Amino acid sequence: MEQKSKSYQVNHLKQLESEAIYILRETAAQFEKPALLFSGGKDSIVMAWLARKAFYPAKLPFPLVHVDTGHNFPETITYRDDFVEQIKANLVVGLVQESIDQGRVQEEKGPKASRNALQTVTLLDTIEKHGYDACLGGGRRDEEKARAKERFFSHRDEFGQWDPKNQRPELWNIFNGRKQHGEHFRVFPLSNWTEMDVWQYIKAEEIPLPSLYFASERDVFTRDGVILSQTDFITMLPEEEATARKEVVRFRTIGDATCTGAVLSNAATIDDIIEEVAAARQTERGTRSDDKRSETAMEDRKKQGYF
Amino acid sequence: MSEERGYLDMDLLRFTTAGSVDDGKSTLIGRLLYDSKNIFEDQLEAVETSSKARGDEHVNLALLTDGLRAEREQGITIDVAYRYFATPKRKFIIADTPGHIQYTRNMVTGASTANLAIILIDARKGVIEQTCRHAFIASLLRIQHVVICVNKMDLVDWSQERYDEIIAEFKQFASRLDNVVEVTFIPISALEGDNVVDKSKNMDWYQGPTLMYHLENVYVGPDANHIDARFPVQWVIRPMSNEWHDFRGYAGRVAGGVFKPGDDVVVLPSGFTTKVKAIHTLEGEIEEAFNPLSVTMTLEDEIDISRGDMIAKPNNQPKVEQDVEAMICWFSEKKKLKGREKLILRHTTKEVKAIVKDVRYKVNINTLHKIEDDLEFGLNDIGRISLRTSSPLFFDSYSRNRQTGSFVLIDEFTNETVAAGMII
Repeated sequence: MEQKSKSYQVNHLKQLESEAIYILRETAAQFEKPALLFSGGKDSIVMAWLARKAFYPAKLPFPLVHVDTGHNFPETITYRDDFVEQIKANLVVGLVQESIDQGRVQEEKGPKASRNALQTVTLLDTIEKHGYDACLGGGRRDEEKARAKERFFSHRDEFGQWDPKNQRPELWNIFNGRKQHGEHFRVFPLSNWTEMDVWQYIKAEEIPLPSLYFASERDVFTRDGVILSQTDFITMLPEEEATARKEVVRFRTIGDATCTGAVLSNAATIDDIIEEVAAARQTERGTRSDDKRSETAMEDRKKQGYF
Repeated sequence: MSEERGYLDMDLLRFTTAGSVDDGKSTLIGRLLYDSKNIFEDQLEAVETSSKARGDEHVNLALLTDGLRAEREQGITIDVAYRYFATPKRKFIIADTPGHIQYTRNMVTGASTANLAIILIDARKGVIEQTCRHAFIASLLRIQHVVICVNKMDLVDWSQERYDEIIAEFKQFASRLDNVVEVTFIPISALEGDNVVDKSKNMDWYQGPTLMYHLENVYVGPDANHIDARFPVQWVIRPMSNEWHDFRGYAGRVAGGVFKPGDDVVVLPSGFTTKVKAIHTLEGEIEEAFNPLSVTMTLEDEIDISRGDMIAKPNNQPKVEQDVEAMICWFSEKKKLKGREKLILRHTTKEVKAIVKDVRYKVNINTLHKIEDDLEFGLNDIGRISLRTSSPLFFDSYSRNRQTGSFVLIDEFTNETVAAGMII
């Protein structure tokens, strides 16, 4: 044994893990009916992984909730069901299609229509229907400017809205989850992680990931400078048809198939990805076309309850 | 540290910066990120575009750190923003806070999790009220390492004389700061990049480290308490499955000291003693647990334990009392503290009712003078109070343990966090 154990130092990944587990346990303890929002993306996968550690050897004391736009990459759903089975969690699915059928939302029209914005309504409806008072999300502060000031325990009013000016201060590791009836919280245990931390953790823990994260040849086209996968849910504009091609790509985030951009990449393993992330010159959300609508797009969506 | 392990050997340094609009704090952070190549192309492009639109002469590195729209419009930072960057040696978390007196609560928040504070002094202005305030907050929140960056050296002709004068001024004041263990002075120009990441070519007379070198190498290991064993119980794990039929584990994050299987422990408030049976994690049982690890402990005897209880060692117990003396910082804009107020107090994993018994004094945080004639606490006021709680707290002094010595006060009607407290 080297002397290291005597100095009681732990590496930063262990510190982040320990902090996230603390937050997950606080959430279970402070709320009556928490839920973990599971998108099938790597951050929510890491969250569910940490939740399993936090409550081991007991099962997760909350379900995984997936808001399904219906416009998924097929791999996402296969992965989701396998993963849920592996960690023996309960899964609750909220369908955007259902919100559309019930007339709760209007589907965007035109070739650039996306269900991304509609998710918010389905999410809030699902939260209300099941009475979830805290939703755990995989959001990280390094993702986007508006998230740099997000709290671990983020208070939402009875309309699900986030008021950046009315957030509770968080000191030390004391979190105030007290609330009035009808209000709820979003909780972000990975707040202090960076994209690199998440990848290093996935590697260290050998967490299985959806194949979308790894490079493969796909049918793609270009829209507004973003590489999108050709799917049944997207109608290409005539000028976009000209950009249709086969390309070796991978995805850096996994969301709605209509607006999640791919990056040109040959990264086929976790190590390749880590190397790529280390050399990357674009932030992760740089590939999300929904953020490009305006400079403060993210802040606007968050105020309306977007995760 | 061995080269091969790389990323897994990196440790974490949390630091805070306080500064106001014109002392170059945002520029300094922008400079740290930019010169250490922690800025992405699209972020830089966005900043270049905004700089041009505003008619700024240089690429305005300050724009990298100003997030919310209100701030972008007013050109000020109004909250605590957390930023992340890494070098091959360390990962850094910056709590970036505004510096004006009306944002004292933000500075206190940012300081609460930091191991190191950077305080900026404008070389032209020297030590001013704001410098003293920032240093006082760092000391109050027990930040043991303070770095004084004497900024804008380019505007005083890189003068060593001026720099020495400022150091002398600060040292005179710093003798009154209790908790600060180490003060480091560095002459810099955030705008030009001198001594931030790269060594200055304009100040040959300065032989010390650059800011980045210091951040990468400063030893912050002993900040955590590894002497007084404290384990606030956060959650009781009872799988109630066939495989784990009688398992009853206590989950929490070690707040101090070291726990090992076989250790004698005492459970508070009941006072029952037993031994640690095992320390569990998903990967298997471990030999010892210490701060900041989150673990699950099982005990040899069945004792009724719930969230908010604390496991400690029989020969080294925290104080178990209902009367608490503390320094507080008032956080609420709407509510004021006027004497015998009833509030909710949250300490470790415990929540109790508390009544303010006495307001001892307030502190003028610019001069450190006591204020005894106006005892009403409004937003940003700092001072000393005494509290009585509805049931005993298990605590240490804040100067001994940041986790078991800190609390927040909550308004029981609005649920707003109205104050942060440090137990004396």
